[in-house]
Amino acid sequence: MKIHEYQAKALMKERGIAVPEGRVATTVDEAVAAVRPLIEATGNPVVVLKSQIHAGGRGKGRFKEHPDVGGVNVVTAGIGGGIEAAEEAVRSLATKMLGSTLVTVQTGPEGKKVNRLYVEQGIDIAEELYLSVLLDRAISRNVVMASTEGGTEIEVVAAETPDKILREPIDPAFGLLPFQAKRVAWSLGLDGDAHRNGVRFLTALTKAAVELDTDLVEINPLVVTTDGAVMALDGKMSFEANALYRHPDVVELRDLTEEDPEELEAKEHGLSFIKLDGTIGCMVNGAGLAMATMDIIKYFGGEPANFLDVGGGANVDQITAAFKIITKDPNVKGIFVNIFGGIMRCDTIAEGVVAAVEEVGLTVPLVVRLEGTNVELGKQIIDGSGLNVVSAADMKDGAKKIVELAR
Amino acid sequence: MSILVGHATKVIVQGLGRTGRFHTDKAIAYGTTIVGAVHPSRAGEVEVFEGETDHSGVPDRPDTYRVEVPIFRSVADAMAATGADASVVYVPPPFAADAIMEAADAGMPLVITITEGIPVADMVVAKRYLEGRDTRLVGPNCPGVITPRECKIGIMPGYIHTPGRIGVVSRSGTLTYEAVYQLTQNGLGQTTAVGIGGDPVNGTDFVDVLALFNDDPATEGVIMIGEIGGTAEEEAAAWIAANMTKPVAGFIAGTTAPPGKRMGHAGAIISGGKGTAEAKIEALEAAGVVMAPTPTDMGQAMAEALERA
Repeated sequence: MKIHEYQAKALMKERGIAVPEGRVATTVDEAVAAVRPLIEATGNPVVVLKSQIHAGGRGKGRFKEHPDVGGVNVVTAGIGGGIEAAEEAVRSLATKMLGSTLVTVQTGPEGKKVNRLYVEQGIDIAEELYLSVLLDRAISRNVVMASTEGGTEIEVVAAETPDKILREPIDPAFGLLPFQAKRVAWSLGLDGDAHRNGVRFLTALTKAAVELDTDLVEINPLVVTTDGAVMALDGKMSFEANALYRHPDVVELRDLTEEDPEELEAKEHGLSFIKLDGTIGCMVNGAGLAMATMDIIKYFGGEPANFLDVGGGANVDQITAAFKIITKDPNVKGIFVNIFGGIMRCDTIAEGVVAAVEEVGLTVPLVVRLEGTNVELGKQIIDGSGLNVVSAADMKDGAKKIVELAR
Repeated sequence: MSILVGHATKVIVQGLGRTGRFHTDKAIAYGTTIVGAVHPSRAGEVEVFEGETDHSGVPDRPDTYRVEVPIFRSVADAMAATGADASVVYVPPPFAADAIMEAADAGMPLVITITEGIPVADMVVAKRYLEGRDTRLVGPNCPGVITPRECKIGIMPGYIHTPGRIGVVSRSGTLTYEAVYQLTQNGLGQTTAVGIGGDPVNGTDFVDVLALFNDDPATEGVIMIGEIGGTAEEEAAAWIAANMTKPVAGFIAGTTAPPGKRMGHAGAIISGGKGTAEAKIEALEAAGVVMAPTPTDMGQAMAEALERA
């Protein structure tokens, strides 16, 4: 689960991790009202206006409606013109940003609507660094990943200068030990006050990652200010889905407007659904089989419209919900149901499919492949339903048929 | 012969809730020797399982069964009383990692964890706890382990299996069933089928299971089924190239999966840019593994691999 930058920074601040002062705004007036207290409290006449969306690349992103405006804007009008000038500049920018669609490398061409802005104090930056905490599957432990190449996407650093990335594994029995924090801070070139502040930052950050069950905390850039402070200029946090039950306060931070409505609806029915760009809707039991079904559709020249795993014990209600979600997509030209009934019986699945089709209606071809317990009975139910459903002998046959029919 | 589980395996069940009870019943119907269960608040009671025998399982049994399974306070008590050498964990996600560690502390040789949805951080701790202990963990989030007609531990449908020559190891449940079913159809059969689970942090990995199959005289070839994410398949490919004496067929799911935007990338960096289906397929092919182009072709790929050998 992802949250916004301003929410991540609030969580960090609560845990003693240094972040700039800032205020969130959902209206132009709120954005303007944030300027005076920020400038007065920090003594820095510069403020920064940051679009809050669940996607990176905001700084280089541009608004569809206002191609001259970026997703993140440093407002320097206050330097010569005082607080009033800063307020006017913020009003003008916020008017353009709020409610507009920001397109970045991570949003795709459709972009994302900006509903919230974060107004933050300006920082006198001496250095930009990179820091993250995430799971290294190869060693089954979290690692701190650090690099002196802050502000650059870490993918780019990894591709071009992999030796500039340091990894420090965290033993879950001990946490990040002091000597490890010092080692990371030195490798980032920090010394003096900055080294002490860096160690404190690292210690608090790795502790927060464990406490909050994050699957990624990424600080890019981590900045060293001209007076040796170390703080998170940007902050990204996402949370591990299986552990959300023990963090009700984090779940509260969920912004449903950032999530795909179909994916949310699917989740409510206990289905795992991811929307894709193709034309063949898929309904499958098991994640591996669901992925493999997408692969085989592509193998025979089709494009999957979705990933949908109905799980091991799908019932008629779930199958109906799945059909509704799949058929809502106007791109869908055919549906492939691929079920290996293990513990689950094929006749139960077949009854579910027939009931769902009768309820939802069917305007596109449907191919059903059933295998497993009571498969013959299941096929009889499908064939005897009088519905326009094509039975498949196996997965390959089913994939070929649906690709053909959906053309 | 087989690996991990067989005729002699004595199993205890950790977690006798609705799911645990359902699958324990199926396992007993198949002929698995279930000797006890752990449930602190019901210690001293007996759980009765009765029904119709699953004749696709252990041969030569009467048509019905009635088994009384004693319930114990702890894994240690259950082991002391029954001599169990394997446990299966159906404990709900919030408590599952603790159940694994309890079993390890008691010295349980084999712990097969079916539970899906265990917090990753809990598994990081459990995996750390297992270091230096003799317990082998299989799973979590896996269908379990089965040696056809001998012992079924987990949630897989027993009847699709048939004794034979091929070992199966997989990260995906339903794809394991596909592979097993194809091996049953084409007559190759299985020695043992092992689900290692799809979670990012798990116990036994591909290399462990490949090594066991390599040493098992009855296993003549292995099907391994992987998916995108992590580098377990690449490590398996390197191990196969260096050590495997038997033919291997493979399939990797997720060729068309959209790259998990930012998260997937950050994860891939840590593993040196690996983790894509293409990288895995390439590594396995380079190690001499016969790759099935589609999941329908896994049984055929195994037959080809056997012919080439």
